[in-house]
Amino acid sequence: MTFKALTAIALVAGLSAPLAMAGGADDDTMVINDETEMVTKTAAPAHLDGAVDEVISGWHFRSDETQSLQLDDFDNPGMIFVDQAMDVWNTAEGSEGKACADCHNDPAETMVGVKATYPKWNEEAGEVRTVQMQVNDCRVNRMGAEAWKYDAGKAVSMEAMISLHSRGMPMSVAIDGPAAAMWEKGKEMYYTRTGQLELSCANCHEDNYGNYIRADHLSQGQINGFPVYRLKNAKLNGVHSRFKGCVRDTRAETYSPGSEDFIALELYVASRSNGLSVESPSVRN
Amino acid sequence: MRLLTITAAMLVAGMATAETVAPADVQFDEDGAVAVSLTGQPGDAARGRDVFATKSKGNCVSCHAVAQLADVPFHGEVGPELSWTGDNRSAEELRGIVADAKMTFEGSMMPSFYKTKGYIRPGDAYTGKAPKTDELPPLLSAQDIEDVVAFLLTLQES
Ligand code: HEC
Ligand code: HEC
Ligand code: HEC
Repeated sequence: MTFKALTAIALVAGLSAPLAMAGGADDDTMVINDETEMVTKTAAPAHLDGAVDEVISGWHFRSDETQSLQLDDFDNPGMIFVDQAMDVWNTAEGSEGKACADCHNDPAETMVGVKATYPKWNEEAGEVRTVQMQVNDCRVNRMGAEAWKYDAGKAVSMEAMISLHSRGMPMSVAIDGPAAAMWEKGKEMYYTRTGQLELSCANCHEDNYGNYIRADHLSQGQINGFPVYRLKNAKLNGVHSRFKGCVRDTRAETYSPGSEDFIALELYVASRSNGLSVESPSVRN
Repeated sequence: MRLLTITAAMLVAGMATAETVAPADVQFDEDGAVAVSLTGQPGDAARGRDVFATKSKGNCVSCHAVAQLADVPFHGEVGPELSWTGDNRSAEELRGIVADAKMTFEGSMMPSFYKTKGYIRPGDAYTGKAPKTDELPPLLSAQDIEDVVAFLLTLQES
């Protein structure tokens, strides 16, 4: 009787959200363009001792169809935005009449490994910088151009293009030294239960990854794949915009993309991805 | 003005009467159960089913699977399956769990449905914006809770 009822529900749910038997991440392997083998599951970094043993890419929690879009650059809709950013890279802008390319030449050489280490402490400025902050610093202070709006189209596309040149490299964000205070702030945010639903990032992404919450298969909320192309809104999405959506869903007052709070949270969450391959631009639903 | 507010609150709460217990006045026993009905009105199990399954209401199904709700797609797995809850739990226990599950299960991930304050960074529903008032409207009205409890009691093996 009960068994029949369960089966009925599985059928109604279109088999995508079976009851309490879904069971975590799948065992697929990710090879990009039939050549780059990616690390999508690996031992958790030391700072996660006692919290999780293994860090797992969000890719493992998506459907086969969504997964396959990321395996070949011809299928990956995020690559269109990378191409657009490459045009911008070569275009002079601002009072200095300079393009990114004038100082950084070919990003396939000069931007290798950049994404894997960001957010990163910048000694001269005395602050933790995200990739987008660094790009805006070049625009404002070296090109005499205006800053791009945080997580808006151009900024996210450029971040994706820069990140592509780290694809396959392990995330290795530094959390000690002068970045430690920001990291601690981000960690505290990660475990704080916010909003009227009183849920923390950890409630969903540490305690319940692999479980369904309604129709959503919960992942570990890793950011090694950002910027991510989402089928849901058919564009590239920045890390802070994703955080904003998750905070809003706890019925909380969110933070703004580019705010110090989200920079701290990005630093902390990026460090939880340490060891996973950079996947940007990844594809999710 | 005050009368208007009360009337509005009664409308929101649907069935509220003078006997409605306010969120701050709910008496939990040491196990987290609540003995007294929050409204003095019997719960309506059919309405409770709706509260349970509807995203904009209780949205309980986002975390709990229930075999008897075969027509509702996508049951979650964050909380336990509730298909036999009516056999295992009394109305008093269920009322306490739905009103504020943290009184029964310490630190529970289950939201507190009949609570209006004591939040960190509360927002205005799902807008992401700051709330308009110090105290938030509870996630469910007193009668919603009585209705959900009535529905949960119908969830039995046979
Ligand atoms: C006038 C020269 C100049 C231009 C034009 C310029 N940059 Fe830079 N950029 C630099 C210098 C110098 C640094 C090193 C700054 C530092 O370490 O503080 C840098 C650093 C960076 C970094 C960090 C690299 C790392 O290893 O951490 C990124 C990313 C970057 N630039 C992106 C861009 C982009 C994108 C553009 C165009 C929108 C651009 N830059 C335009 C001079 C320039
Ligand atoms: C109520 C549960 C819930 C909470 C709380 C929550 N999230 Fe999420 N989050 C989701 C769901 C559902 C998704 C989409 C499926 C998935 O990847 O888990 C998601 C996705 C993400 C992703 C995208 C992962 C990817 O691979 O693209 C990131 C990053 C993320 N969340 C970070 C956070 C952070 C940081 C917090 C805390 C500020 C947080 N989330 C809080 C439910 C939640
Ligand atoms: C965010 C997820 C979540 C939502 C939403 C949620 N619950 Fe729960 N619920 C839980 C968890 C987790 C438990 C297990 C108790 C614990 O250990 O924290 C639980 C426990 C329960 C129990 C006790 C089961 C038992 O007998 O031990 C009942 C009854 C219950 N929930 C009913 C509801 C109802 C009714 C709603 C909607 C008004 C609801 N829940 C919404 C997560 C949730």
